[in-house]
Amino acid sequence: MQLKLPHLSMRLKTVAYNYPDKTGHFGPYGGTYVAETLMGALDELRVAYENYSVDSEFQAELAYELKHYVGRPSPIYYARQWSKRLGGAQIYLKREDLNHTGAHKINNTVGQALLAKRMNKFRVIAETGAGQHGVATASVAARYGMECVVYMGTEDIKRQATNVYRMKLLGATVVPVSSGSKTLKDALNEAMRDWVTNIENTFYIIGTVAGPHPYPMMVRDFNSVVSKECITQMPEMIGRQPDMVIACVGGGSNAMGIFHSYIDAPGVQLVGVEAAGTGIEGNQHAAALTAGRPGVLHGNRTYLLQDKNGQIIETHSVSAGLDYPGVGPEHAWLKDSGRAQYVAIEDSEALQAFHDLCHHEGIIPALESSHALAYAAKIAPTMGQDKILLVNLSGRGDKDMATVARISNIEL
Amino acid sequence: MSRIQSVFESLKQRGRKALIPFITAGDPNPNTTVPLMHAIAEMGADIIEVGVPFSDPMADGPTIQRSSERALKHGVTLHHVLDMVTEFRTKNSSTPIVLMGYGNPIEAMGWERFAKGCAHAGVDGVLTVDFPPEESHEAFSFLHRCDIDPIFLLAPTTSDARIEQVAKLARGYVYYVSLRGVTGAGNLDLAAIADKIPRIRQYINLPIGVGFGIRDVGTANAVSKLCDGVVIGSRIVQEIENSAEECVISNVSGLVKEFSLAIN
Ligand SMILES: Cc1ncc(COP(=O)(O)O)c(C=O)c1O
Repeated sequence: MQLKLPHLSMRLKTVAYNYPDKTGHFGPYGGTYVAETLMGALDELRVAYENYSVDSEFQAELAYELKHYVGRPSPIYYARQWSKRLGGAQIYLKREDLNHTGAHKINNTVGQALLAKRMNKFRVIAETGAGQHGVATASVAARYGMECVVYMGTEDIKRQATNVYRMKLLGATVVPVSSGSKTLKDALNEAMRDWVTNIENTFYIIGTVAGPHPYPMMVRDFNSVVSKECITQMPEMIGRQPDMVIACVGGGSNAMGIFHSYIDAPGVQLVGVEAAGTGIEGNQHAAALTAGRPGVLHGNRTYLLQDKNGQIIETHSVSAGLDYPGVGPEHAWLKDSGRAQYVAIEDSEALQAFHDLCHHEGIIPALESSHALAYAAKIAPTMGQDKILLVNLSGRGDKDMATVARISNIEL
Repeated sequence: MSRIQSVFESLKQRGRKALIPFITAGDPNPNTTVPLMHAIAEMGADIIEVGVPFSDPMADGPTIQRSSERALKHGVTLHHVLDMVTEFRTKNSSTPIVLMGYGNPIEAMGWERFAKGCAHAGVDGVLTVDFPPEESHEAFSFLHRCDIDPIFLLAPTTSDARIEQVAKLARGYVYYVSLRGVTGAGNLDLAAIADKIPRIRQYINLPIGVGFGIRDVGTANAVSKLCDGVVIGSRIVQEIENSAEECVISNVSGLVKEFSLAIN
């Protein structure tokens, strides 16, 4: 029988995973690859974040907001029925879908907005793909009395119409971006251009663990509340930590959030699930770690989907939130160092998991999260019933009703 | 003496300022680029900045973004751009060529191979927009070895400490960004330029070119009085965009001539 390790969190303190370094590098990845015009603003942000990340008043306000505005801690849910049907490992779900605004994204936007407030920037901007980060940013902007502008690709505006309307209800201006592939990466380009133009009064709230230093670190830190909770919740619930932690990877923020406290935990396997679209062999996917090569985009060095000439390739996924040709640099490092494994799940597999969770557990998951669920469904039957999988249910599927209905040939 | 250096020296002796037009390689089509380079060199371009198209030009405004998209539609790659410079050099051995673009296409080629390719083609300088000095040491050591000048941007928000850091790596000239924003924006501030240039000169003993947002001859004239060269980007690219393909060369040459007269 395996020894239970209720004091794992104590042991963690003695082990040192300590990335990024001072200049924002995770091994060869990360860094600050931006035009000189942004360096001043990034310096200012880095210094502010260094100060406030250890400021007890800031941390207290953040904790208050996470509890009373976001609704943390989010519970862990045992998917008993589904596990039983799959007939192998037991599946537990970290319920980030129950957060205010319906996804993990708000953990980060609350943190960055509080930082913006302290830096006296009362205009916030964001890029969004699925619209979840846009909605989360629009919400905190309304809450803290800030002007909010959200950049969104016209492709994504089409498939996430409800979220566009939500952002507008919350008082944000949604700016359609029709350059390039008209999706998340282009929205990010446009937000950067806005930032460089309005540096004086504007704070750019990046929605994932990408971008130039300090964003990958900062966004990870704000989302790591997820694994900090898990690492105490799991032993309370079942007396031990999980054998495997699974999360979907778009830019990688929900995955870094649930991985972070587990990086130093021996025996906990970390698995990131990318979008394989219509198949990893073709070119209709968004699996940068699985099928890409290292390069430089959006301020950092990481794995990218690119052609042989270094041009960024258009991606595809049924879920807008995973439709991104890069990935946060820390994932690139976790992959190369072997600490995490990355796999890819196709649209059809994700949709199956989506429907299964609806039927067997009464939970409608986001299509992004459904990729993580699909991998759990794939791996669970190959494992013993005493094994434990912890899946980050990063968001709820309400935003995806139109997409799923369309695929099922149903008119709403 | 490098080509860039000798151009600035000779201009200085004649009391003139450098006109540095920017065009994107392959815009509006690959066949126009080399003849266009020859034409603008003849009309008064002292140095030519040639944009290497990239799918995600984060620091550029809509005008240059679209020019990049037009070039990419024609399948223009970094290899093609080097070929274009090689071809240009068969008839012009004096006008310095600076490649301007983003790092990833160079990463894909490999810095060593790129630097050698530049030397072979007759490229004089390279400006990689998204590679600040912090991230450039290894990459730019290859450029130094091939005697290619690394050109760096300086911004209104660049601190003195950073200017000093750039001073250690920069060669050829430095490029001062005359506004807060992306290329082609219209919020240039002359007083701010007048203020910053002497501060840059305290640390950097290289010619200073100023660009981003210089859209008309009047502004070009005013800016040229404050520095050693003016870069005209979006305004030129806009002329390319607005011209019928067969008129691109004559229209752009005419515009370059106007700017050349205006600054001297
Ligand atoms: C619910 C949900 N999960 C995951 C993602 C992917 O982002 P990340 O990989 O940063 O968690 C998104 C992005 O929009 C999302 O809305």
